[in-house]
Amino acid sequence: MTGGERNPAAILAAEAEAKDAASGGPADPAGLRGRGPRAGNTAAYLQYVAGKLGGALISMFAVLVTSFFLFRLIPGDPVKQMTGGRRVSSEQLEAMRAEFGLDQPVWKQFTDYCGNVLTGDFGTSYQFHTPVLEKITDALGPTLWLTGTAYVLYTLIGIWLGTRTAWRHGRFGDRFHTGLALTLYSVPSFWLGLLLIITFSVGVGPLPGMFPTGGMESGDESGFAYVVDVAHHMVLPVVTLVAVGYAQTLLVMRSSLLDEMGSDYLTTARAKGLRDDLVRRRHAVPNALLPTVTLMFVNLGTVVAGAILVETVFSWPGLGGLFYQALSVPDLPLVQGLFFVFATAVILMNTVADVIYPLLDPRVGR
Amino acid sequence: MDTKDQHGRTRSSSAARAAAAAPARKRRRPRLLLAAGAAAAFTLTAGLATPLNPAPQQAEAKDDGKKTLTVAVAQSVDSLSPFIAQRLLSTSIHRLTYEYLTNYDAKDNHSIPAFATKWEPSADKLTWTYTIRPNSKWSDGKKATAEDAAWTFNKIMSKEGTATPNSNFVTNFKKVTAPSPTKLVVELKKPQSTMAALDIPIVPKHVWEKVDDISKFNNDKDFPVVGNGPFILTDFKVDQYVKLKANKDFWRGAPKFDELVFKTYKDQDAAVAALKKGEVSFVAGQPALTPAQANGLKGEPDIKVNEGPGRRFFALATNPGARTLDGKKFGDGHPALLDKRVRQALFLSVDRKTIVDKVFQGNAVEGAGYIPPRFSEYAWKPSPDQELRYDPKRAAALLDEAGYKKKGGKRVGKDGRPLDFRILCHATDPNDKAVGKYLKEWWGDLGIGLKVNCLDDVSVPWYAGEYDLAFDGWSVNPDPDFVLGIHTCPTLPEKAKESAATDNFICDKKFDQLYDKQLAEYDPDKRAALVKQMQSWLYDSGYMNVMAYPNAVEAYRTDQIKSITTMPSAAGNIYGQDGYWSWWSAVPASGKSSSDGGSSTGVIIGIAVAAVVLAGGGALIALRRRSTAEDRE
Repeated sequence: MTGGERNPAAILAAEAEAKDAASGGPADPAGLRGRGPRAGNTAAYLQYVAGKLGGALISMFAVLVTSFFLFRLIPGDPVKQMTGGRRVSSEQLEAMRAEFGLDQPVWKQFTDYCGNVLTGDFGTSYQFHTPVLEKITDALGPTLWLTGTAYVLYTLIGIWLGTRTAWRHGRFGDRFHTGLALTLYSVPSFWLGLLLIITFSVGVGPLPGMFPTGGMESGDESGFAYVVDVAHHMVLPVVTLVAVGYAQTLLVMRSSLLDEMGSDYLTTARAKGLRDDLVRRRHAVPNALLPTVTLMFVNLGTVVAGAILVETVFSWPGLGGLFYQALSVPDLPLVQGLFFVFATAVILMNTVADVIYPLLDPRVGR
Repeated sequence: MDTKDQHGRTRSSSAARAAAAAPARKRRRPRLLLAAGAAAAFTLTAGLATPLNPAPQQAEAKDDGKKTLTVAVAQSVDSLSPFIAQRLLSTSIHRLTYEYLTNYDAKDNHSIPAFATKWEPSADKLTWTYTIRPNSKWSDGKKATAEDAAWTFNKIMSKEGTATPNSNFVTNFKKVTAPSPTKLVVELKKPQSTMAALDIPIVPKHVWEKVDDISKFNNDKDFPVVGNGPFILTDFKVDQYVKLKANKDFWRGAPKFDELVFKTYKDQDAAVAALKKGEVSFVAGQPALTPAQANGLKGEPDIKVNEGPGRRFFALATNPGARTLDGKKFGDGHPALLDKRVRQALFLSVDRKTIVDKVFQGNAVEGAGYIPPRFSEYAWKPSPDQELRYDPKRAAALLDEAGYKKKGGKRVGKDGRPLDFRILCHATDPNDKAVGKYLKEWWGDLGIGLKVNCLDDVSVPWYAGEYDLAFDGWSVNPDPDFVLGIHTCPTLPEKAKESAATDNFICDKKFDQLYDKQLAEYDPDKRAALVKQMQSWLYDSGYMNVMAYPNAVEAYRTDQIKSITTMPSAAGNIYGQDGYWSWWSAVPASGKSSSDGGSSTGVIIGIAVAAVVLAGGGALIALRRRSTAEDRE
């Protein structure tokens, strides 16, 4: 659905609300109150969901194939990289190739890889001599903490500011917030991160250093104090990610709300005598949210991939930094595993968005 | 249109005024609340740092008086197992946590006692007997004996240990035994002069023999890790920190700092900021602080920038014609480089002084011999007659003599092929790119074309022999065996384009003879003379032009570290030494230790609770205000 389309469901809901004016209950323009797809369309909906899930599975298999063959195009001999330039005999090199299955034909390596992935075995990292899954799960928590927190914040801020700027379209606040968001969106995240470190970690002039320069924890805390310590370390990286990330949501929300603002159902709502902020919150925003919801799920899929630059600047032990380390060797099993996890997260989130979209917009999937 | 004017509900005039005013207030309030909330959260979280936070922050030693030395490092730990670890950070940690048979003297790198108190070869040079220290014990209280050393060596010699990083030390071992707790006997297949420089951490047999597969055991789950070095490994979190505590029972004496922390900073600018703040005591250059970083720190109070002669060399290597072990040629190196005069002409037109001054901004020493001057025992310099100093005229004459005359500004061979070379450059190394620009200019003046080919991974064209020249560099150990060995014939690949131990496809009978001689020579002076002869040969050959020895540039806080030993002690590096001297010898400055950037737990909890209460209260008020009587009709 494009942001320019009006939502007939919302108009119907506005009429329903007019009948229900005495209760003052809000409209439910998109059937969000757990009604789900209409009974008559359940079979069609299930067929639609099955199609989407099938597509997701095919995509994941394509990712599996791509991740295996693509990273074999990376130049470099993994075994030589593993030995780090040491003098090793041909026997030693052969032994290492055998240990990691690199002496097998490529098709055999591929079939072994596919079979292992089905059992959750992504192999062993060349450089860390640790199961890939263990490395990924070690770094997943920190990444989800950091990017997940930033995601929630920039989504909420983006929606809130997007709503406000659209509603006061053309005024100073609109121009200011849109300009600021676009400026921050254009700023390199690592540069902004370093700037924040210099200003708020080291301190400038009379301003004292208030936050740690890097890392995720001090290493001396436990229990609740540990949680607070991690939160303290999170402030600057989260601020960096939010600053460069909220513009996207703001602009999409603003644009879709602007498209809704001239709609008849809003005129109806106003004609009923509803207050301006009620018209905005309960009628305009739910419909304008539809494109933003899509963006939210797309962004949610990328949350798993972490943020390489910000994780690097703030020495955050997450998946972004791990991916960089894996590529620099190249540590094939680790690169493949991470690529598969990242791609799967995006596919799954897109699938979830596809599956719930008909519930938000009845025209989809019919 | 203002819908509020159409409500048509009866109410008092004051109420109406209030109602009319309400939306305007309500429009502002959430924004004000949000802004206030954000500011409060930021301020409160900022308050989680030490109260009355000074800048730069210098935390006092902790309540228990523990002195902590925090080192900022960029590398990740690849493994904490001595059988697997290869990276400098990991091997440095092993230097601190396990004993080696011998150590290197901080002053001049000569071998000195460590786990072994003395060592001597048999008359036939094939058996070495080590006397093991009787007063070394493991951190779990058990005695460390020759049996532990024998078990360690035998494990590396076994099939299971074939691929371990230290296996190159034992390939020439025939048998290792421990006839008594203080006697270790190593039998060799042929003489090996590096027997007093075996960089192998000795592990406790009683712990490691329980490990099922050493190739998969990372030694990073059970803490404290049993060791017998000056420090004991107590904690590790991937890509965050490695913690060690002082071993009070260490035979040489306990370290002065109670705790040593290697903290990961993936960005060097952030690490420098942490040093300025006082969060860390020391910043290790990776491999050196940039000139801008070093200059920025020089003006800071309580910070000392340590510049010492480095252990690396930065060189130009030429492709001498790639070939396999059985002599099969491959690759596409320029044939002109097979002529020694052309190679020497190239090096005569390299201005090393300019490279040191402009590229390294003075943080390097002009190159000469293959071994950096800090290893005084083996370092070599060409005589004035032998030296290939910057001399473009002589270079041009040599090229003319070799048959590459200048025609229309380009040097062309008898076959009509112009002298156009490719040089492999590491895309990640700014020095390569900068020197490449100078070479283009200098060699261009001579009529030689140059294409600087910068790649993220140079190993593919390198192993394939598909290059003419390459930027090359190695870290040199106190014992030069390794860096010399990579230029011997046996290291050539068995198959074309296959990776091998050779650095640069050099294979020369004379050089190999000298190499074998030095390996079998147990007299230090005679061996050093042979090593210098090898360097002289390398220099004359024009295969390796050492342009510079980059300095180690690192920095530490003098208000946290009172004194620390460099290696060499007169002037050298602190991080990544061949011994444990720096961290073992470091003396804390009175009353200071590195900060963790945190604060006392009570204050943190108190402030956090206040923040939560405030945030919750603010949210409640905001929600409450939204729901007016009018809304609830």
